[in-house]
Amino acid sequence: MTPLPLSIAFAHLWSRKRQTGVSIGGVMLGVAIFIGIGGMMNGFHHYFLSQLVDTNPHIVMSDEIRQAAPQPLTMLRPEGAVEIRRVLPRDPVRGIAGAAAIVGALNAMDGVAAAPSLIGQVILRHAGRDYSVTGIGVDAPREARVTDVVNDMVEGSFGALASNPDGLLIGRQLADKMGVGLGDSLTAVTTAGTQTTLKIVGIFHTGIDAEDQYWGIVPLARQQAMQNRPRVVNEIHIRLADISRSIPLAQAIERRWGFKSAPWEETYARVLDVFSLQDKIMFLTTASILVVAGFGIFNVISTIVLEKARDIAIMRSIGMPSASVVAIFLIEGIVVGVAGMMLGWLAGWGLGALLHMVPAPTGNAADRMPVRLTLLLFVNASVIALLSAVGAAWLPARKAARADPLSIIRGAA
Amino acid sequence: MSPALEARALTRILPGPQPTTLVADVDASFEAQSFTVVTGPSGSGKSSLLYLLGLLDPPTSGDVLVNGGSTRNMGNEARARMRLERFGFVFQFHFLLPELRAIDNVMLPMRQLGRLGAAAMRSRADDLLASLGIESEALKVPGELSGGQRQRAAIARALANDPQFVLADEPTGALDSKNGAAVFSIFRGLADEGRTVIVVTHDETLARMAGRAIHIVDGRVAG
Repeated sequence: MTPLPLSIAFAHLWSRKRQTGVSIGGVMLGVAIFIGIGGMMNGFHHYFLSQLVDTNPHIVMSDEIRQAAPQPLTMLRPEGAVEIRRVLPRDPVRGIAGAAAIVGALNAMDGVAAAPSLIGQVILRHAGRDYSVTGIGVDAPREARVTDVVNDMVEGSFGALASNPDGLLIGRQLADKMGVGLGDSLTAVTTAGTQTTLKIVGIFHTGIDAEDQYWGIVPLARQQAMQNRPRVVNEIHIRLADISRSIPLAQAIERRWGFKSAPWEETYARVLDVFSLQDKIMFLTTASILVVAGFGIFNVISTIVLEKARDIAIMRSIGMPSASVVAIFLIEGIVVGVAGMMLGWLAGWGLGALLHMVPAPTGNAADRMPVRLTLLLFVNASVIALLSAVGAAWLPARKAARADPLSIIRGAA
Repeated sequence: MSPALEARALTRILPGPQPTTLVADVDASFEAQSFTVVTGPSGSGKSSLLYLLGLLDPPTSGDVLVNGGSTRNMGNEARARMRLERFGFVFQFHFLLPELRAIDNVMLPMRQLGRLGAAAMRSRADDLLASLGIESEALKVPGELSGGQRQRAAIARALANDPQFVLADEPTGALDSKNGAAVFSIFRGLADEGRTVIVVTHDETLARMAGRAIHIVDGRVAG
């Protein structure tokens, strides 16, 4: 047989069908908006990060040393009275020493792919105009394993760099700005005083302005020649099979070889901070809807408590303990919360599907708003909805349990 | 042998800027298998005495002894438990839960006590309704019952846990004379079954049906 508080709670809610329905609707709406909007924010963050993280290496080792090496005197006498201050780290002007060995060692690691690179400014000259770009010299076959640009080629191919010593890859936006296309030749000038003719062998579109407008990818040997830095590598690009390993692995790499190794989380720390702020704002905004829904539950249960004061009094007089009275009204709040939550799951899923049908402003007509519904969203929405429902029911429930049955019976007599 | 229910120097004063004495220094005892009516003018404190005897209201001083045991130091929940196990209450208004059918209202105290299984509870509720002549109304909600039927259903609920004591506060107040007499006959029969029945009434005619009467004036026993 159904427990007594449960059957009385259901009888109360059933007797106020319309108010109960409105309260359930409020919770449903809150949960649905939480899930739908949260899914859209998740989708946007995931899309944006995947664009950034997949296009670029997961760890970038650069020819920079963050910490000065400990001084021999300090190592010899760590407890000594002389303190050595303002020691600057060594400036490795010649790039990453032993880059070939490092790349070999990294490639031997499980789930790690590494490629050497030389970064340096290049001015592309065409039709009497100069365009400053970041020249990226790459070992094409190896670089293809560490960057997603290979999948973002819209004309030509990434692999063409390997067979064209003077080949150049530029972004769609830069090509449009310069008025050049596949097969066109450009003049490249560097601060080292070199001047070279490059041929466009590929055009890419990553969707990120900074890359599509300001990147020029050339073979590593050509970049070394243009920069007048033969055999020098100043960056090693590392890609991981599991990007969640990036931070500990970057730390291990930096400890082993001494060169600054930045995981993608460090590289895009500002973007991640903005996302975190956005998440907090979204969470507070949508959670507040659920809190407002809680007021609806408070309203319906308070009304029931007022209406049922006589029933509560009679139940207390026949010996129902106050805990059972509290249980009746808490159950009412939980029933409204759970019903609203479950309907909210469905509505949230539907809202997510609806948002996913809206065209995304990416310039590609086939793209739709990215929506990513995760289990965590459903769990968070459910926890807030239930806490809000129980909290809203608790106050009137306590009031009901504390009511003096005799004063109500006397008043009715 | 101690009486089934006993009031010893029972006093109830409502606190406030001007404290009101509802019951003052009442001594009374009630034997098993007895039918007592408490009479008195309106506001004399007869209902207040009944609530004190039924452990619904804690006394300001004095004690209520149930089967010789003091209830003075009992907490609210212990008093509630004793009410559930030993007392059955009938009020002037039926106080049936309007959403529940008559049979469900009768089963309410049994479900709260939790000693019987579902089938046994149902069978006992059916028997009680039948003994009060309203078995055909078992599946109706209170709104579909007449005044007399509602009061009978309320009596059936009061008897649900087979209480030792049945306490009724003006149980015929909302009934016509015919129904009132019938309800009083039921109380007479309950006393004959072995219960201690105490009924508050201001109806002198009905009061004569009881074996004993206590007259209350200004919160004190006047006779």
